[in-house]
Amino acid sequence: MRLLPWTIYLSLAGAMLSLAAGRRSAAAARWVALGTAAAAWGLVLAAATGFSPSALPQTLVDLDWIPSMGGRYHLAADGISMTLLVLTGLAATAGILFSWNIGERTGEFFAFYLTLIAGVYGVFLSADALLFFVFYELAIVPKYFLIAIWGSTNREYGAMKLALYSFAGSALVLAGLLWAYATGGAHSFALADLASAAARFPAGQQVAMFALVFFGFAVLAGLFPFHTWAPTGHVAAPTGASMLLAGVVMKLGAYGCLRVAMPLFPAGLAFWQPAIAWLAIIGILYAGLVALVQDDCKFVIGYSSVSHMGFVMLGLAAANPRAVAGAVLQMFSHGVIAGLLFAVVGRMVYDRTHTRRLGDLRLLALYRLLPFAATVFVIAGLASMGFPGFSGFPAELSILMGAWQASPLWAAAAALGVLIAAAFTLRVVQLTFFGGSGSRETPAASAALPPISWPERTGALLLIGAAVVIGLKPDLLLNWIVPSLQSPLFKAVIKGGAP
Amino acid sequence: MTACPILSIAIFAPWAGALLLALVPRASPALSRALALVASLSTLLAGFSAIARFDPNAAGYQLVERHAWVSALNAHYCLGLDGLSLVLVLLTGIVAPAGLLASWRQPREVRLFGILYLVLQGCALGVFLALDFFHWFLFWELSLIPAFFLIKLWGGPGASRAAYQFVIYTLAGSAFLLLGFVALFVASGSLDFDELSRLAATGGLSNRLAALGGFWPKAVFLGVFLGLAVKVPLFPFHTWLPPAYAEAPAGVSMFLTGVMSKMGVYGFLRILWPIFPSEIHAAATPLLWLALGGVVLGAFAALRQRDLKRMIAYSSINHVSYCLLALFAVAAGPLKSAAVASSALGGAILQMFNHGLSASALFLCVGVLEARGGGRRGIGDFGGARSAAPVFAGLCGIAMFSSIGLPGLNGFVGEFLIFRGVFGIVPWAAATACMGVLVTALFYLTFWQRVFHGPRAGVSAGAFPDIAGADRVALAILVALMFLFGIAPQLLVGLFNPLVTAWAGGLPTP
Repeated sequence: MRLLPWTIYLSLAGAMLSLAAGRRSAAAARWVALGTAAAAWGLVLAAATGFSPSALPQTLVDLDWIPSMGGRYHLAADGISMTLLVLTGLAATAGILFSWNIGERTGEFFAFYLTLIAGVYGVFLSADALLFFVFYELAIVPKYFLIAIWGSTNREYGAMKLALYSFAGSALVLAGLLWAYATGGAHSFALADLASAAARFPAGQQVAMFALVFFGFAVLAGLFPFHTWAPTGHVAAPTGASMLLAGVVMKLGAYGCLRVAMPLFPAGLAFWQPAIAWLAIIGILYAGLVALVQDDCKFVIGYSSVSHMGFVMLGLAAANPRAVAGAVLQMFSHGVIAGLLFAVVGRMVYDRTHTRRLGDLRLLALYRLLPFAATVFVIAGLASMGFPGFSGFPAELSILMGAWQASPLWAAAAALGVLIAAAFTLRVVQLTFFGGSGSRETPAASAALPPISWPERTGALLLIGAAVVIGLKPDLLLNWIVPSLQSPLFKAVIKGGAP
Repeated sequence: MTACPILSIAIFAPWAGALLLALVPRASPALSRALALVASLSTLLAGFSAIARFDPNAAGYQLVERHAWVSALNAHYCLGLDGLSLVLVLLTGIVAPAGLLASWRQPREVRLFGILYLVLQGCALGVFLALDFFHWFLFWELSLIPAFFLIKLWGGPGASRAAYQFVIYTLAGSAFLLLGFVALFVASGSLDFDELSRLAATGGLSNRLAALGGFWPKAVFLGVFLGLAVKVPLFPFHTWLPPAYAEAPAGVSMFLTGVMSKMGVYGFLRILWPIFPSEIHAAATPLLWLALGGVVLGAFAALRQRDLKRMIAYSSINHVSYCLLALFAVAAGPLKSAAVASSALGGAILQMFNHGLSASALFLCVGVLEARGGGRRGIGDFGGARSAAPVFAGLCGIAMFSSIGLPGLNGFVGEFLIFRGVFGIVPWAAATACMGVLVTALFYLTFWQRVFHGPRAGVSAGAFPDIAGADRVALAILVALMFLFGIAPQLLVGLFNPLVTAWAGGLPTP
């Protein structure tokens, strides 16, 4: 446990080191990056084995930082953080494996990449709102460069849009937090302090503050209608960055909503709850329908991310232990599955065929040429459809149960989203790999695709393994998550029977 | 708790076979076929050893395996067996290897075919044996994926579309089913079929669902109903079936009709009826009409098909609808005596088994014709095949008569029991259903006459050797079983009769 903060320091050190190593050779930079990410993940897993779930976050470091403002360097972890730390380590390691073919400015790529990871670890460990915000920004900046420099389709546009949306969102968050801090007479940015300060505000003011902070974070979580950065950003980003973007960065937003916005302003949540739930549901359905008609398979995956994150937001909005536990599980699950989908589409398929158009791919009947990629995509597709046996199923099931408890109509509408997800996933799987059923022969031009390399195989197996293990044994994570929801900070917001 | 987890072994043995096939990448087609067949036969072995340990007269589930699984959802790894499940396990053990035998000459990607087929077989067994929704739904959903690829990759020219339609329809049903169980769990805190049905029997479940108010209690029932009705399929949710069965390769059609259509009927008997007894009673009259729609319209639709495979597909809708007709009649009541109810329900279980045998045998026959005709399988593409292939004609004819319900063959007993039961409860429904029997005889005789009699014509005008090899073995075994269970139905009835008597005894009679 005590070593958890080192995930941040290690990632930052790895970023410097791979920058230096990149000046000598690209291979050195890759290995440094892989070693760093794997080591950080190892730290998390080692901590996880000794982790005993508790209601209160367990403090790891608590130092004075900016005494004049009461900002502290306070890192702590509870079951929710642990779940997302495990995800971060996994997604980072797998993402590097799928970025193995980055040949241009390799050192810099991995330097930005690991800085982003450091920021993400920091966010999931922060117990102080100011510190949280600093790490949050640290994660956003490298994202811009990763896309703008190493991206593909429309990269300048995608990167700029993503950065502007992110900064606008964080500006809202900062405004809300400062408002609460300044007028509430809090002595520090500790969440508990801020919450007791916020509790003294009249309900109307809480409603406004909640809106600033929650919707500010929700931009990054891809809540409809603030989601438009996500598909363009995902498509423009290089594979490893898409995986991180969908895998962990979107989780930062949802995590912020859960960790900061909801406990600070319970009255605000009570007011906004139906609106958030319906925006989440619209997101699930709308993004699913848009995914159904895309011609670029990366856009399909991009919109599917928005749709799946809608389930997370619905779980948060339902605000009972079942739904919120499901939402956290869904964050993990979507991180793994979206990573896998982007890996297949971006790395295994696009880097070989140089097309992502379903109309072109369907002519290739790729399953004959890339059987491993086809198998992975089928499995990832099933997981993404919420098939039982994969991590998405217990997550969406819990969310639906919690949502039903809050309002049967929400659950019924969201269940329609499950069906749409099945339709667009089947379509994209079918067109990408199993088209061309009419012609049995392989077009000559595509006969010589490079075989799937070992980093791709390793990364895919890691992610599939995680999706299956958690799908068959969701208790591994739920036993961490559920006790954390008993924390006094959540007492006023997460109501209803124990799951 | 038993020392030997025989049910887990039954489910995992085909999967282990699939894994073995997957791990031998250089296996020759012959070795792949043999391995798949052996792994597939494991089910029959497991079925027999289950019979050896099974006490038909004991109440409740036997050979139960129950372990905690997901604490937050109160879900369990729970397997159990009663007479109904046992009959279906035996059916799977017969139809699955027969389907593999019928695919013996299938040349393309034999190893992958075997893997998918065995995965599908394991899923079907899981559906028949799992007793906790979380566990059961895993198999229920997973079964779609191998079925999808088996239809799509090895099917006819329209297979892509048919497979997609099949999966989307079924998944749509599943989404409703899932939502229904979400509601049941929130109301009761349990996903265990047995626990839910006990709660339902006391009326506790209806009361808790009624607390939702408005349309929602009905919606929960409808959700579960839809999920199962699409799978059976019950008229009018059947439109996915004819293209899927027709486009699939014969061996796969055999499994789809023989085993997978039983998953839906099983769901009605195991889930919908015990958990929603009062709801199904209230809706019984419209449901009876739907089942009659399947019986009558299915038969008429089969009559006007020119494509032999589609003809058998529609006849499947007709035959499976008898099972549901029996169930809905019992649910409708009022029952004069428990005997009519146990006759109808026993007939339904028997019909599931018998239809599995006869429909898979018929798909095998049509598959042989299709292979000879190079994909042509219209009723007008053949003629006079009997003189060229007398053994084939004879076996095919017996399978048809079994399907029509000729006494002495297996089909008769099940339909007789169903009609006896239904006549005793809702005579008008039984009378209407008689029309289905009549038309069934009509289209089978047309099939027989046009394909096997008359002057040799079409495909069968040229060289038309008699049925041979694996096809012959599989068809002969299926036909032999038709005689066996036609003459000694007691072999099966003995397994489930106490269960059916107990069901009927629990129903209100004046």
